[in-house]
Amino acid sequence: MGKTIAEKIFDAHRVNMPFPDTHVLKLDRVFCHEITTPIAITDLMARGMDRVFDPTKIKAVIDHVTPAKDSKTAEQGKILRDWAKRHGIKDFFDIGRNGVCHAIFPEKGFVRPGYTVIMGDSHTCTHGAFGAFAAGVGTTDLEVGIFKGVCAFHFPKTIKFVLNGTLKPGVYAKDLILFIIKKLTVNGATNMVIEFTGPVIDAMSMESRMTLCNMAIEAGGTCGICYPDMTTVEYLWEFIKDEFSTREDALKEYSKWISDADASYEKVYEYDVTNLEPMVTFGFKPDQVKTVNEMADTKIDQVYIGSCTNGRIEDLRIAASILKDKKISDDVRAIVSPATPDIYSMALKEGIIEIFQNAGFCVTNPTCGACLGMSNGVLANGESCASTTNRNFNGRMGKGGTVHLMSPATAAASAIVGKITNSQFYKA
Amino acid sequence: MKEFSGKVLFLDRSDINTDEIIPAKYLTEITKEALKPYLLEDLSLAGFNTKEDIKDKAVLVTRANFGCGSSREHAPWAFEVNGINVVIAESFARIFRQNMYNCGMFAIELPKDKIEYLFENFAGKETSIAIDIDKEKIIVTSSDQSEEIDFKVGEFDKTLVKEGGWVGYADKNY
Repeated sequence: MGKTIAEKIFDAHRVNMPFPDTHVLKLDRVFCHEITTPIAITDLMARGMDRVFDPTKIKAVIDHVTPAKDSKTAEQGKILRDWAKRHGIKDFFDIGRNGVCHAIFPEKGFVRPGYTVIMGDSHTCTHGAFGAFAAGVGTTDLEVGIFKGVCAFHFPKTIKFVLNGTLKPGVYAKDLILFIIKKLTVNGATNMVIEFTGPVIDAMSMESRMTLCNMAIEAGGTCGICYPDMTTVEYLWEFIKDEFSTREDALKEYSKWISDADASYEKVYEYDVTNLEPMVTFGFKPDQVKTVNEMADTKIDQVYIGSCTNGRIEDLRIAASILKDKKISDDVRAIVSPATPDIYSMALKEGIIEIFQNAGFCVTNPTCGACLGMSNGVLANGESCASTTNRNFNGRMGKGGTVHLMSPATAAASAIVGKITNSQFYKA
Repeated sequence: MKEFSGKVLFLDRSDINTDEIIPAKYLTEITKEALKPYLLEDLSLAGFNTKEDIKDKAVLVTRANFGCGSSREHAPWAFEVNGINVVIAESFARIFRQNMYNCGMFAIELPKDKIEYLFENFAGKETSIAIDIDKEKIIVTSSDQSEEIDFKVGEFDKTLVKEGGWVGYADKNY
């Protein structure tokens, strides 16, 4: 019997099995941000165990509330900053150089095929786009990861999606993952890894694959995984070119991290997604999904383009292609948050920031703030937001507010009309 | 080991997420104790009175996919500082469940029919639950009824409960 990619990664990282179905894995990366890490740090200090297992494998960023909005968030930043300095954690991204964790860490080349990654953030599943096992964990798992470099997991079964056909113009990875979550429901993948495979994935950029894997958790999944291929190698090439003489060599090495043809799956779903329509959520659960056409004309108060799901350059380019020479509706306010400083710079150079500004968007620095109602775009009671983020929970972006999840293209078209709108009417 | 017995809070809804358990705006707190007033502040459930219904409770009984959403361990901590160290549900989101055991708390899964039985026979009454960890039994008592229900807990989870969490265990063993 062959093995899935998750089984191969578990086998290569297993330290031991202290109990049945308890796999303690060696970690290649421990990612940290200022919301869930400070309590781990203060607890380690209180226990007299303020150590880190390997400062080169720990990466940290201030991203959720930045710049600090009050004394409490300033203190959280300070705890992380002081700790990074104290332990010689060189890859610490402070204000001015900081971006949304699941955008900036891949951009810096920190994630490689076959890696094990944890972070105190549920959207850590994003990094599975590189053929890694990446799981969101709580502060205690993070704390043990920081000082011991290990984490315990029950063995995850794998669900496989084979996605055939070609996505229509105006239909993107976000629409595809909303369709998949609708199929799986919000706990259909609990304790499982979701593999995304097939010609549709093969044709996708790393950015799109990250969008897809980012939302695996919204179906309860531990990690979303795409197989490494030449697209993965190209994305990582500037970071790995000293390790391999050619791209083909790198691909050969990374191809270890692909599931065997006779691997065993909990379930295999196969779809031809050629006729998939743009999708959007309604209600307060991410599996409450309809087509944009079914939801058309739903009034919105705010548009938000950004986050670890859809704040990358590809997303901004798509939105800008729709917003070029257009104005947003007088009845909405719109915010765009490029997910990292590099994305911001690229968007500036390409004239994308100007397009957003001319359309009437507020352009913010990179931050997670609005997505979880912490800062930079909180909704008022009774308002609704057309958003490229990943969670539509009740009050997620502000108490009493409603969130409609959608692609950057749909969000841009919706900003122009002031209502949920199919982007096909606004092709550049 | 923590205390695992006392009065029961029943929350009759599936998919209660960690944003409802502790809204993100309180994640700027840097002590567990500071979360105490905000537990279940944003819970969307008809008839639920945040302050009154939580008072003096030690055990939570609820439905499927409890604790879905964010990885924030602030969710188990908010229960812990309010004296609730046990959640009994039909199923849990993975990270929430692991966070509970990592803190030395109990996240017990029971089959749907057992959860249904608890709601039918005990919700709305003053009910207490005690957990016998070694015999793997839940002892449910109301003024007119007492029952024992078997549950299963894995060896790893049981060890974390007995040792008071993952940090101490990991420090000794890794």
